[in-house]
Amino acid sequence: MIGKRKLSHRLYTYLILLFLYAPIFVLIVFSFNSTKSRTVWSGFTLDWYRQLLQDKEILRSLYNTLAVSFLSAAVATVVGTFTAVGFFSMKKRIRAPLLYVNNIPLINADIITGVGMCLLFVSLGSFLKFKLGFGTLLIAHITFNIPYVILSVLPKLYQLDENLVDAAKDLGCTWFRAFRKVIIPEILPGIINGAMIAFTMSIDDFVISYFTAGSRVMTLSMKIFSMTRKRVSPKINALSTLLFVAVLLMLIIVNLREIKQDDKNKKQIKKMKEIIK
Amino acid sequence: MKKIIGILLALTLSLALASCAAKEANPQTTAQEVNVYNWGEYIDEIIFDDFEAETGITVNYTTFQSNEEMYAAMKLGGTDYDVIIPSDYMVERLIDEDMLEKLDFANIPNLSLIDDSVSISAYDPTGEFSVPYMWGTVGIIYNSAEITDEITSWSSLFNSDYAGQIIMFNNPRDAFGVAVKYLGYSLNTTDETQIRAAYDLLIEQKPLVQSYDMDTIYDKLEGGSALIGVYYAGDYISMKENNPDLKFVLPTEGSNVFTDVMCIPKGATNKANGEAFINFMTSTDIAVRNMEMTGYVSPNGAAAEIYGDGLDVEDYVIQFPSQDALSRCEPFLNLPQATLDLYSQLWSDLKK
Repeated sequence: MIGKRKLSHRLYTYLILLFLYAPIFVLIVFSFNSTKSRTVWSGFTLDWYRQLLQDKEILRSLYNTLAVSFLSAAVATVVGTFTAVGFFSMKKRIRAPLLYVNNIPLINADIITGVGMCLLFVSLGSFLKFKLGFGTLLIAHITFNIPYVILSVLPKLYQLDENLVDAAKDLGCTWFRAFRKVIIPEILPGIINGAMIAFTMSIDDFVISYFTAGSRVMTLSMKIFSMTRKRVSPKINALSTLLFVAVLLMLIIVNLREIKQDDKNKKQIKKMKEIIK
Repeated sequence: MKKIIGILLALTLSLALASCAAKEANPQTTAQEVNVYNWGEYIDEIIFDDFEAETGITVNYTTFQSNEEMYAAMKLGGTDYDVIIPSDYMVERLIDEDMLEKLDFANIPNLSLIDDSVSISAYDPTGEFSVPYMWGTVGIIYNSAEITDEITSWSSLFNSDYAGQIIMFNNPRDAFGVAVKYLGYSLNTTDETQIRAAYDLLIEQKPLVQSYDMDTIYDKLEGGSALIGVYYAGDYISMKENNPDLKFVLPTEGSNVFTDVMCIPKGATNKANGEAFINFMTSTDIAVRNMEMTGYVSPNGAAAEIYGDGLDVEDYVIQFPSQDALSRCEPFLNLPQATLDLYSQLWSDLKK
């Protein structure tokens, strides 16, 4: 009876995994297909990977995507962290409405943010003589990333023991020194989380980029979208496979490091217990 | 502590990088560049290197998915295109709305290589605004292993024998085009009763249609999950490579012949560079390379001949239809707003 139950549990898990990963699996398999077809398997080839490395336009859009994601995540992390600290030290009566304002862009449809920014940039641009381009794309990404950083840093601040900051100041720290030496180490996990979420959101984004990138730059998602009038080339499969493998490796490394850290901590605790004995 | 300093340093560094990258992306007039806006997958992108080597002008290349998308991007403003490559009816609309620059043909000597039959056109009657890039026809593609009847007419797409096997265009102008042509009317009819008759026909056809599709038609026809559909001749050539049973027919009632055209938007910053680019695209060897990459046909006669020599007889007839067959084909023209509104209203009724 128990055996049967276990089996059905396992089957269910496999089904869920299959459901989640089948599309990616198909994509990876067809990146090695020797013809352009997405339905007929006609032999193994690495040709699409070779062509991908020669396709300057796709590589350029990949570069644009990585550049805008990295830069916007970095800026948004700094701005968002300071803003979160600001929110934290406000009175609740002022903080609550401001937090609502902060949350609106998160729930708001991307298309509204995108069109809104586009109109703003276009009208500002006609006064200040600039056109849509990498600069406006970056500003747009920073803008929609900041709320995510704030939201992931704030909970860490709530967990912070305020006495620690007071103690540091009492012992002669300036505010900034206390911030650097006490607050930042305490909320670091939140900051890193926020940076990672911001980076992912940037890479993911299509709609807002589409309206703010202008006539010189294209991000990867824009490039892929514009290729869908005709058949999507398996080069895209190859690129997606590489991205997937890169993310997978990153996850594995992060997890391994965490496991190591845990082991270290456990050993330390053991040692301390022995010493106490 | 060191870690934190490290992080802060990294952040400031990336900020510095940001300003650099932003500057690099918006160079101040000194660097020679041209901003090109074209259909996706519609050029051999390697030629940009040749263009840069030849002229010293860098190509910034961005792409769109439909004429309407391109039009919206231009109307919205804030963009800075030097060369755009829309289709015929959209060019007509852009000319009507005074959105294009007149070309300086002194900078485009290769215009003389273009066949007159293509360059003299309804969409740009004075020929001052545009140089054609590629042209082609729309026709029926079917799986000859499964469909043994001889296909010659649009009626096949309305034949209940093929119920559940038919693929139709997924945009109003092209889908209605099929029905209008089948009924023997003009593609550019503005007569409401004719358009409504086409609508009734499409409603009748709807239960037979497997799906309204654009790019997924490749896989469905190649893989045999659909047997008959309507698409572009140039794309048929690449479908046939994956499934030799597929055949292309230009229906006897006539069809749509389209031309995609290079032009320069009003107020382009690098107009001369744009003209240099158009001239480059029109040269014979570049036209041949673009044809081999896209499967569509260039209006450069010498280039078309070189490309045609590489085709077998069957493909040649498809890519270069006879004058007689072509005389029954029509280009799309820009329609009055009332007709466009009628189309989009009937289309959403049809897709309900």
